[in-house]
Amino acid sequence: MQEKKRNWLSFGGEVLILAAIFTIVQYAITAGLLNQYYQINLASMVINIILAVSLNLINGFTGQLSLGHAGFMAVGAYASVIMTNMLGYPFIAGLLMACLAAALAGFIIGVPTLRLKGDYLAIATLAFGEVIRVVLQNIDAVNGPAGIVGISRLTTWPWLFGAMLLTILVVVNLVNSSYGRAIISVREDEIASELMGINTTSYKVLAFVFGAMFAGLAGALYAHYFYIIKPETFNFLKSFDILVMVVLGGLGSTTGAVIAAMFITVLTAVLQSFPAIRMILYALTLIIVMIYRPQGLMGNRELSRQTFGRIWGGRK
Amino acid sequence: MSIIEIKNLAKSFGGLSAVLNFNFRLDENELVGLIGPNGAGKTTVFNLITGVYKPDQGSIIFDGEEIVGRPPYNICARGIARTFQNIRLFNDLSVLDNVKIAAHKDVSYGLLSTIFRAPAFFRGEKQIEQESLKYLEIFKLADKKDELARNLPYGEQRRLEIARALATGPKLLILDEPAAGMNPQETKDLMNLIEWIRSDFNLTILLIEHDMSLVMGVCERIYVLDYGQIIAHGKPEEIRNNKQVIQAYLGEEVE
Repeated sequence: MQEKKRNWLSFGGEVLILAAIFTIVQYAITAGLLNQYYQINLASMVINIILAVSLNLINGFTGQLSLGHAGFMAVGAYASVIMTNMLGYPFIAGLLMACLAAALAGFIIGVPTLRLKGDYLAIATLAFGEVIRVVLQNIDAVNGPAGIVGISRLTTWPWLFGAMLLTILVVVNLVNSSYGRAIISVREDEIASELMGINTTSYKVLAFVFGAMFAGLAGALYAHYFYIIKPETFNFLKSFDILVMVVLGGLGSTTGAVIAAMFITVLTAVLQSFPAIRMILYALTLIIVMIYRPQGLMGNRELSRQTFGRIWGGRK
Repeated sequence: MSIIEIKNLAKSFGGLSAVLNFNFRLDENELVGLIGPNGAGKTTVFNLITGVYKPDQGSIIFDGEEIVGRPPYNICARGIARTFQNIRLFNDLSVLDNVKIAAHKDVSYGLLSTIFRAPAFFRGEKQIEQESLKYLEIFKLADKKDELARNLPYGEQRRLEIARALATGPKLLILDEPAAGMNPQETKDLMNLIEWIRSDFNLTILLIEHDMSLVMGVCERIYVLDYGQIIAHGKPEEIRNNKQVIQAYLGEEVE
């Protein structure tokens, strides 16, 4: 009973902290305290968090090396823009369509490719991402390589914040359940998992579909923030960027994915002032982190109530 | 009544035939040993039964149904669970989670309950946890439930593997060298434990073992495999005096 009460109290505390973050940022935006530069980086940061957390579900928790995340992002971006800009539906319909289309793409690509393991899966997903890009380049209805311009900016801070919370909540809840344990057992030992009664293929597809769905959501938010989408934006380098965040944060740590996405966004923004040596510094930073923390910033650990409880308890 | 009946099973890798013309049956609640020299094909037989390998020919009737060609998770769901010769635990997960994963096939809540944390989720999780703890207690691992599986001593890892296999709720339990690497006292304890699980869970047990005291001590019948073929079969005392078996293990007598 006591424990239940404490849980509710700390749950209330978390809601308060989140509400505070949301309100402070919202106030800073409306009061004009955050200029355009900071706002753009904030949006990038949130979109990167969604991308990293969702890819981490596939790469980190399920242990399936996917290099096609930008492809799902593209599917979501185009699907949402078709809904809002071309067909005139409201933003929420665009977001839903983005999730749906990307999840469907994840299913279609997941079922045949997830039989492959390791490098082979990586190459197959990489190829898939490129196929999406090339297909989009050749569809005249979406302007081919020129892309779609003049998308209305519908992505606002409440949408970004809500989408980010939803992504983290769904991934965390999924991972911390019997289904999540089944997913993680695939990463740990696929054969043992299968022999313990886990239908490994279907759990791989499940993780893949969820991961793709949130990548689609991120794509929709991206499209409606930056006014313009073109196939070239979603090339394999974008997939690698997301992968870097996941590995940097620690495979199998949602907290790590969030922290690394924030870190990479800030690093990229700061390095923009040094265009000549930008990529060198970026690479150097990654190499240094990987030498000293090869398991990523967080390893596979999470920051949770328990962690804070321990820190708190330790001080007493 | 027979729980599993294998007929004319054969499997070859490349030109090498690992199992040939393998016939075998187990009655309900029996405890049977499968022995044979290294490389005789014992583990291959286990892999064929559990669906890791597909046999080239032959049939395996388990509980009245043909299971050849079914995927391993389905065979497990039908009631065959196993352990591994070289331990395959989920090393980076806790002892408790290892057992919980095996209990997943009885999960009582759906994906939506999971994502929205509906009451059904908490009820189901509690049920899985209690169930899993029950198995850990049987194997005296309950006080180590939060340790990572990789940090357990060898003997306890072996026990955890059996606990995990039992958590899938099998009718037939297949143990691949359960006593490997254990000292005589641990082996003796394990023997008692195996006998106890059989009667308490009403299981049929098939085990591969090199430790002859264990095999001769607990098994009611023994099959001897050599070069992929059954060369002898019978009660422990018959096997002990069987010429062919002695020959397979020790080689031929020099005149």
